[in-house]
Amino acid sequence: MLEDKDRIFKNLYNDGDINIISSKNRGDWIDTKKVISNGRNWIIDEIKKSELRGRGGAGFPTGLKWSFAPKEVGSRPHYLVINADESEPGTCKDRDILRFEPHKLIEGCLIASYAVQAHKCYIYIRGEYFNEGKILQKAINEAYENKLIGRNSSDTGWDLDIFIHYGAGAYICGEETALLESLEGNKGQPRLKPPFPALIGLYGCPTIINNVETIAVIPTILKKGSKWFSSIGKPKNTGTKIFCISGDVNYPCNVEEEMGIPLKELIETHAGGVIGGWENLQAVIPGGSSMPMLPKNICESINMDFDSLVENKSGLGTAGIIVINKDQDIIKCMARIARFYKHESCGQCTPCREGSGWMWRMLERMSKGEASREEIDMLMDVTKQIEGHTICAFGEGSAWPVQGLLRHFKKELIKRNNFNPLIKKNKNVPYLVDQHLLEKENA
Amino acid sequence: MSIKKISKIQPNNFEFNDENFTLAEKFISNYPKGKQKSAVMALLYIAQKQNNNWIPLSAMKYIANFLKISYIKVYEVATFYSMYNLTPVGKYFIQVCTTTPCMIRGAYKLVEACKEKISKDEKKLSSTSDSSWIEVECLGACVNAPVVQINDDYYEDLNKEKMIKILDKIKKNEKIQPGSYRGRKNSEPENGRKALIRT
Repeated sequence: MLEDKDRIFKNLYNDGDINIISSKNRGDWIDTKKVISNGRNWIIDEIKKSELRGRGGAGFPTGLKWSFAPKEVGSRPHYLVINADESEPGTCKDRDILRFEPHKLIEGCLIASYAVQAHKCYIYIRGEYFNEGKILQKAINEAYENKLIGRNSSDTGWDLDIFIHYGAGAYICGEETALLESLEGNKGQPRLKPPFPALIGLYGCPTIINNVETIAVIPTILKKGSKWFSSIGKPKNTGTKIFCISGDVNYPCNVEEEMGIPLKELIETHAGGVIGGWENLQAVIPGGSSMPMLPKNICESINMDFDSLVENKSGLGTAGIIVINKDQDIIKCMARIARFYKHESCGQCTPCREGSGWMWRMLERMSKGEASREEIDMLMDVTKQIEGHTICAFGEGSAWPVQGLLRHFKKELIKRNNFNPLIKKNKNVPYLVDQHLLEKENA
Repeated sequence: MSIKKISKIQPNNFEFNDENFTLAEKFISNYPKGKQKSAVMALLYIAQKQNNNWIPLSAMKYIANFLKISYIKVYEVATFYSMYNLTPVGKYFIQVCTTTPCMIRGAYKLVEACKEKISKDEKKLSSTSDSSWIEVECLGACVNAPVVQINDDYYEDLNKEKMIKILDKIKKNEKIQPGSYRGRKNSEPENGRKALIRT
């Protein structure tokens, strides 16, 4: 278990205060000038050495991302954009950073802006976090008053302005290019990549986009050293991470822990165990709703880091852990997630727009036992036709959880849905028979 | 994709009041010159706030003129994002999160409470027309599930009885306290905290 002295977010539960004086007592805005005076090459190098991976879901190495920004500023200015559009079901870590540790984020913005040579930084907050945005704005104003940002920020000679931009309830705007579209005042539909935002991003200018948690840990890494950060966790999966443990646990909570901590230890120590005891566990969604679920036997021994979870055909994602015990109907839980994706699809790519609704309708029927056995295979087929056929990763995000269900709970699906309209020629429920099944029969 | 209905009853005119006019110009100044279109989302929020929490078509036209962009560009933004209300909502606008983490912890019980106390159908005004409710997707406070957002504030760790109490208070126009309803501090574990132990 991680010791308190190694925890980065000391005010995660707001035991202290949010204002600048208490933040300084916790180590924010101390030595900022010294860190920046080492130069941008040193900063990017340290972040690379720390092996910090983006905390927003994809786990891309942050130092590498920063090094994609053009070395010289040309005719187009550079931008830094912070992604605070946290809407992944199961995830609520950025909310606590925004409302209780805003100065860590602002200090991180200054260092990151300097490293990628941006003079303007936009923080894109989801519209529902109106109060969190207000707290952050207050902290930004405090930072301006204390000359920590603005002209000649923290006496470093670097000018930086930070603006907040509110979203308006669209999950897809957490995808980086959709976020840029939304920032430009359009509907949030993702762009084709390449070109990548690091070269052509906001207003066609080079733009670096990072998650709130990624940016908020930067100052501490640079002050304590990349060696300290990389000594926590495992190689390539270093540092600390805020885990959000929700669902069927006795004490749901957010907690900052070491990367690679065993899932069982995490749930038992911090969240008070599964409701009804560990034996009552059915499945765990380990990284926000987009990641495939893990059944109990894998949960026994799995470690919570990027690579271990990928090995088990899942992913760390945003580290939003949803615990589902045996009192829950697993198919219903997944049908609700499918409904979420149906609601949030931006409608740009046909496989996702049509497929997400299709999966939802099938799962709803499967939860009631109204589907035919062939439809279970068809459901897999639908997920495969969405996956990899869309502009952004939303397609995978909506298909993977359903694939996870099919991978680990196919027996449950078959047990409940043994109705077979083709063999029995029972056409009492005509809407159950999909068109292409009829064609097969007629052929 | 979500489906949005436009209100059939529409006011003829809309204009920002003086205070909001200045606020709108301040938002536009946040973005580079010539990129005033970026402010469209902020301006829609201002219009929504000024017009009892919903946006009439005349406001979209007004904003299009204000930003010197075409009306359809404002219209497509207003219809794309779910937080812009295009039909009148109650003075108390209750958003119940029912996505899986909240569902597991009993969010549909809260929906029942809303059905009993406000109106049978979502998006319909209550008999006293001071409140309306809607089911929404993840509000991003999953460890405090089930969560309800009433106007700008989050009400966390609820159950049906507590929800009914809140709705009764709303009816009497009494002040309600946002935050956790199980008495815990923010997102800490309720018992036996193992991290960040106060010294």
